[in-house]
Amino acid sequence: MAEPMRIRATMAGDVADVKVLMNHPMETGQRKDAKTGQLVPAHYITQVTATINGKNVLTAGLSGGVSKNPYLGFKVKGPKAGDKVVVSWVDNTGDKNTAEATIG
Amino acid sequence: MNALRRNVLKGAAGAGTVAVAVAAGLLKPTQALAGAPRSAFEAKNVGDALKNMGVSAPADSKDITIKAPDIAENGAVVPVEITSGIAGTTSIALIAEKNATPLVADFDLSDGTQGFVSTRIKMGQTALVRAVVTAGGKSYTAAKEVKVTIGGCGG
Amino acid sequence: MKQKKITNLLAGLIGLGMALGAGAAHATPEQDRQELIKYYTTKYPNVKLDDYVYGALAFDPDSKAQYDAIMEFPPYEAVIEKGRKMWETPLKSGKTYADCLPNGGKQIAGNYPMFDEARGKVVTLQDAINDCRVANGEEAYKVSDMKTMGVLTAYMRTLSDGMLMNIKVEGPKAMAAYEEGKKAFFSRKGQLNFACATCHVQNAGVRLRSELISPAIGHAVHWPVFRGGDNLVTLQQRYDGCYKQVRAVPPAQGSAAMNNLEYFHSSLSNGLPMKASVFRK
Repeated sequence: MAEPMRIRATMAGDVADVKVLMNHPMETGQRKDAKTGQLVPAHYITQVTATINGKNVLTAGLSGGVSKNPYLGFKVKGPKAGDKVVVSWVDNTGDKNTAEATIG
Repeated sequence: MNALRRNVLKGAAGAGTVAVAVAAGLLKPTQALAGAPRSAFEAKNVGDALKNMGVSAPADSKDITIKAPDIAENGAVVPVEITSGIAGTTSIALIAEKNATPLVADFDLSDGTQGFVSTRIKMGQTALVRAVVTAGGKSYTAAKEVKVTIGGCGG
Repeated sequence: MKQKKITNLLAGLIGLGMALGAGAAHATPEQDRQELIKYYTTKYPNVKLDDYVYGALAFDPDSKAQYDAIMEFPPYEAVIEKGRKMWETPLKSGKTYADCLPNGGKQIAGNYPMFDEARGKVVTLQDAINDCRVANGEEAYKVSDMKTMGVLTAYMRTLSDGMLMNIKVEGPKAMAAYEEGKKAFFSRKGQLNFACATCHVQNAGVRLRSELISPAIGHAVHWPVFRGGDNLVTLQQRYDGCYKQVRAVPPAQGSAAMNNLEYFHSSLSNGLPMKASVFRK
């Protein structure tokens, strides 16, 4: 099962600064295993969505070109401290993960 | 030598097929939300990636800032931050021009979400990191070179 | 070309050898440390001593900016979390590491390696953890095993973040161990005939091909590091890499030779704050 994802969200003025760290191997499918010489199968997050208080704020399409344990930072104008941020991802094998945090 | 090569090719074809099949399955829900279709992420060069994204001849813009290293500490984790000062920015795409599949990520921003994204990407070799911004139905672009070296110390 | 330049620089270093070289048996560890600080700060007047904890990053703002961006939310947090669970899991006796280490294991990493008078040898933090394991009914971890000892110390050293390095060298036996480590640091070895000092004293702040070389002062405060994201490397694992890079046969990790080297090397960072665990390229 996917390991937990971490979200940090803080208000800076009237802008919510959201930072997300996802735990995922992000295998491109082009890397060879050092021992076997075989290609490691592609396994990467294809889509990330973020909502604040249920309203979509960001939808991202990703490739295996994003680093292992992907980091994503974005900024949203309008929310208040205490609002709920929910981030979800789905990968190319259909695995999913969701986490939420409160804007501090 | 040949056997290994065949193996590798076979592996590549296999992985490719799986990726395409999975992408096909994901395409429907994805399309409704994100701008770039999966085909853009599988494109092997910048031209095809842009074409599949539906972007043609984006205009160079000085209002796009790319914060990325001059020389990457490690090609496996290159921090990249893109800020678009263009009013009404609705999407930011991030391209590493010489990667096997250059389109790394595409961000659709809703109202209120600032023209800003920060992430970390893989780069196999020295290349331009390109941002393609969509605002008001038009496309804009800017690029910055990031050098990638192979190092061995890291103390 | 580069090779030649290094040789020239090396020749220049003989001058510096005074307190540090073989003829310097009488120098105290504090004198050695001050001598090195003087050497680096004279060569690089614009780099603040406090920034030596960042290693080579202190010499290159572009690298430091990447470090800062990655440390904002490090990709290895899950590994540290795993180490925390190991740390909190009771040993067979029912006691935890916090129960058997001084001060609950907090703010102590900067005291290690320390010289154990009773046993007449240098004890590293890893040794102290293993002593704790054995005393509480567990088997010792292999010091070179990154998945067990590495992960555990990666978390444990975060409990000492900010503590000032405080290596004590007191008494003739401790001094002898220190001198052994110092000798290992300054002796040339391997097919390339390099000493640790060849790179990390004479050529600190200089590029060796694509590598910007870090100074020995500040080295010991930031291990383990996570290279390229989440690849954990401990200080002695790094020594092992250095030996191999100059094509020398490395002593076993956890051996007296390695421990004495770590003892000397760590004392050079006395007074600097611990900065564990961190990202490196």
